[in-house]
Amino acid sequence: MDITFKDVSYIYQPNTPFEHRALSELSFHIRSGSFIAIIGHTGSGKSTLLQHLNGLLRPTEGEVTIGTYKISADEKTKNIKSLREKVGVVFQYPEHQLFEETVEKDIGFGPLNFHVDQEEIKRRTREAIKAVDLPEELLHRSPFDLSGGQMRRVAIAGVLAMDPNVLVLDEPTAGLDPRGQREVMDMFSNLHKEKKLTTVLVTHSMEDALRYADHIIILKDGKKHLEGPPLEVLVRKKELEHVQLDVPEVIQFLSEVEEKFGKTISYHNQNIAQLAKELAAMVKGGDDHE
Amino acid sequence: MSSSMIIGQYVPGNSVIHRLDPRTKITIIFFFVLIVFFANSVMSYGLLTLFAVGSAVSTKIPANYLIKGLLPVWFLIVFTFILHLFVTKEGEVLFSIFTFDFYTGGFIQGLAISLRFFLLILVTSLLTLTTTPIEITDAIESMLGPLKKIRFPVHELALMMSISLRFIPTLMQETEKISKAQASRGVDFRTGPVKDRIKAVVPLLVPLFVSAFKRAEELAMAMEARGYQGGEGRTKLRELSIGRLDIYIYILFVLVIIGLFMTRS
Repeated sequence: MDITFKDVSYIYQPNTPFEHRALSELSFHIRSGSFIAIIGHTGSGKSTLLQHLNGLLRPTEGEVTIGTYKISADEKTKNIKSLREKVGVVFQYPEHQLFEETVEKDIGFGPLNFHVDQEEIKRRTREAIKAVDLPEELLHRSPFDLSGGQMRRVAIAGVLAMDPNVLVLDEPTAGLDPRGQREVMDMFSNLHKEKKLTTVLVTHSMEDALRYADHIIILKDGKKHLEGPPLEVLVRKKELEHVQLDVPEVIQFLSEVEEKFGKTISYHNQNIAQLAKELAAMVKGGDDHE
Repeated sequence: MSSSMIIGQYVPGNSVIHRLDPRTKITIIFFFVLIVFFANSVMSYGLLTLFAVGSAVSTKIPANYLIKGLLPVWFLIVFTFILHLFVTKEGEVLFSIFTFDFYTGGFIQGLAISLRFFLLILVTSLLTLTTTPIEITDAIESMLGPLKKIRFPVHELALMMSISLRFIPTLMQETEKISKAQASRGVDFRTGPVKDRIKAVVPLLVPLFVSAFKRAEELAMAMEARGYQGGEGRTKLRELSIGRLDIYIYILFVLVIIGLFMTRS
């Protein structure tokens, strides 16, 4: 589903001493099927933006369009429930939302609320637990007996079981060990491709944004600071430093190589081993390659 | 609704009232609540209203914010007035609708009682609006100090109070967060039959309790790790002290009391 923000502003507690403008006149467009990363410092309005994507918040000014759904200040949105079925949101620390007696029931909780029939729920539960790479035996355990990482995966499975078209992720890897982070992000990336999802990732990690996203929006004080494809956005060192963000390590490294040796190696998602080979080839042969 | 409720919400500032010792504020409010019931003439009510409204103005909290924040209580005030209007049958008949007579007594009584009500709420809410919860508990601990002699656990009580006050906003945030997460999974807290809405509370309460217990355990551990061992020999970062300002305010308040008893009829 296409997502469009048109001059969206959001003000918390308007007309009180605590008034706070979290978003101001934000406009952008997300094409259906793209993987976009939203980056920004704490308090830049990322989480507020995210809550507009399934109608948890309504813009104070402006209009949000998601597929055929319209959310604006004055109009009451119809079918907000069916919008929420199509937009799955994985909040920060999603394991805090677990509550059922068994993992199976918790994963099936979303679909049940949207009146999916029992057979289908069963099927989706199994599919979801497989997608998050957990053994099916866990389905009959209590979610509170699991480890933190497993709980996180169960919570994510609970969102996947809703079978959403748009997947919104709010720092889904926060608090996981490095390996878990990689696994969870790879899982989302695969799901994105397999199910042709539109994915919105809110993150602090420039590395993740570079690796997974095909479009990046950088926020500053509720305004759009930079926008564009990762390789265009993430090389603009000055502008990134302005919002206290760093150029991703790989990009930093490649640009230093270019400075020292006067030769360019382009970034195309290579891992460390591949990059080392390319470097070796460059140093040894000196023959031109891109 | 939750964002417009201001009772218990501290508004930072640097007014005279903000700077007063919290014990002064509590003492004055305590006696104010008592003397409100002694007012019985236009003049005495006027004097108390002047005192209360004057205090409110001097806090520099925007008036429309105060009025809006007390909105939930306005209903009670108006209700009290109407109740008196219907029930009290003293004085002359003021006017009648159909066969029902309204008396001047009821009108005056209703007005007086609602005014009392309004003054009480205004003044007490000024305490929480201008005093941080920590200051209030410090003040209570200090004022209950003498009870230590009869082995009343004053310090523990104050600690319990400040911990629970401290965690109210945290729990509120947590509630909001979890209710948003569950709403995203299709829980409807707002519409539908009452039975369904009561059921919708379960996915909210269970995670809330789980995290509250976890938090309590972590807090206890953190306190022990930093060597907490109760109130014995514990010093304070901010000592409360009665200053010149407090004395002036006490004098002013005593004058108000004297004025009240002189203007009573």
